[in-house]
Amino acid sequence: MKYRSVFDIIGPVMIGPSSSHTAGAARIGRVARSLFGREPKWANISLYGSFAKTYKGHGTDVAIVGGLLDFDTDDQRIIHALDIAKERGIKLNFIEEDAVTDHPNTARVMMGDHNGELELVGISIGGGKIEIIELNGFELKLSGNHPAILVVHNDRFGAIASVANTLAKYEINIGHMEVARKDVGKMALMTIEVDQNIDDQLLVELEQLPNILKVTKIVD
Amino acid sequence: MFRNVAELVELAVSQNKKISEIMIEQEAAVSGRSKEEVMALMERNLTVMEEAVERGIKGVTSHSGLTGGDAVLLQKYIEKGNFLTGETILDAVSKAVATNEVNAAMGTICATPTAGSAGVVPGTLFAVKKKLNPTREQMISFLFTAGAFGFVVANNASISGAAGGCQAEVGSAAGMAAAAIVEMAGGTPQQCAEAMAITLKNMLGLVCDPVAGLVEVPCVKRNAMGAANAMVAADMALAGITSRIPCDEVIDAMYKIGQSMPTALKETAQGGLAATPTGRALAAKIFGMPLKEK
Repeated sequence: MKYRSVFDIIGPVMIGPSSSHTAGAARIGRVARSLFGREPKWANISLYGSFAKTYKGHGTDVAIVGGLLDFDTDDQRIIHALDIAKERGIKLNFIEEDAVTDHPNTARVMMGDHNGELELVGISIGGGKIEIIELNGFELKLSGNHPAILVVHNDRFGAIASVANTLAKYEINIGHMEVARKDVGKMALMTIEVDQNIDDQLLVELEQLPNILKVTKIVD
Repeated sequence: MFRNVAELVELAVSQNKKISEIMIEQEAAVSGRSKEEVMALMERNLTVMEEAVERGIKGVTSHSGLTGGDAVLLQKYIEKGNFLTGETILDAVSKAVATNEVNAAMGTICATPTAGSAGVVPGTLFAVKKKLNPTREQMISFLFTAGAFGFVVANNASISGAAGGCQAEVGSAAGMAAAAIVEMAGGTPQQCAEAMAITLKNMLGLVCDPVAGLVEVPCVKRNAMGAANAMVAADMALAGITSRIPCDEVIDAMYKIGQSMPTALKETAQGGLAATPTGRALAAKIFGMPLKEK
């Protein structure tokens, strides 16, 4: 079931005018920000389907940028997100895409600074609820219902087992797990949704495991 | 976890509980929070709804100038006392409009189930409040009952205008509100389901065609009529009228209609009212350029 909480239905508390095109868009931006771990210097934002056709009226562009600035859905500063981004020297580029996507409310965010880049595709499925369906070229399904750990690793035997063992040591239960890879033996991505919030020490320990390249977390 | 309305009603009847209690218990189980915490979280949403209505009743105008001030007009009209329908229904309509006018003005609202349809549930709640004098706890329960039905729609169909048209947004909101009114008025869980079915049946096929892509025209007035629809359907269900098509099948029909609805009528501002000469002219005026012909 896509929706698990009554607060997905009665909620979120948000700045208008659209839960999918404003609040959901802000959440997609905020997940990108959370995964990137810092404020980006630039962002290219591609909008598809209904997002592309109506983003001006709904403030979808403004809301995604608000998310990139780490504003929550009910943060009044969202309204001024474009100005705030400009003041902070963030270069923004919006692209209205014609391509037909599986979901009508799809946004692709490419962002970066001199230390790195991140590319993410999110969909806004209604009532402010979102899913992340692609990260740095990996397909994934991240519901945002639970805290999650994302592990970029080499596609080698034992990598998944070592991560699972470490989680077990910290007594963390895995609710949902997915592994995606681009090619056999190359880079892969583990998406692990867990039941409780994650200690930073655990992330450090995971990163030191063999074949583990990068570990990030998404807090509930 | 209940998967459909039939299971929800069955859970409530077999345990001799209200729909709202089933929803509160499920939320507590899924989130790991206590019932008290879950109630407190919902009360915060209730407070946001109250503040939005209070603001809208005093009068707001959106940035585009397309909407605003209608809640005030209706409140003044009610005060004069010469209305043709009823005070409760008109009060519900004006408060639904108030909420959506605040939403259109980029004010703070609580999505129920979406922002574009955020007026219906609070509008009807605060109107029946005058009639039924509920406790604060009963008002919070109202939102859980509405949420329980919305939960089923969201998981079995859609609550997104872009995916299912306005029937998925205001249609769902109106059905949720009707069910919640019935519970607050003392109806049975089955009567809640009948009210939801009767309401949603009369919203089937409603397209999402926002002028200039703004959540204003016709969204604000669709919330008005969603509230009116919910009030009448609740009274019908309380009178003992049932839906010949069961609630779950109505929800399924809504989903299938949404799937077969053309994209131009699903929140793309390319068809319906958005594509009328006046709709296009308004869009051109607001954005300072003509919209692309399709």
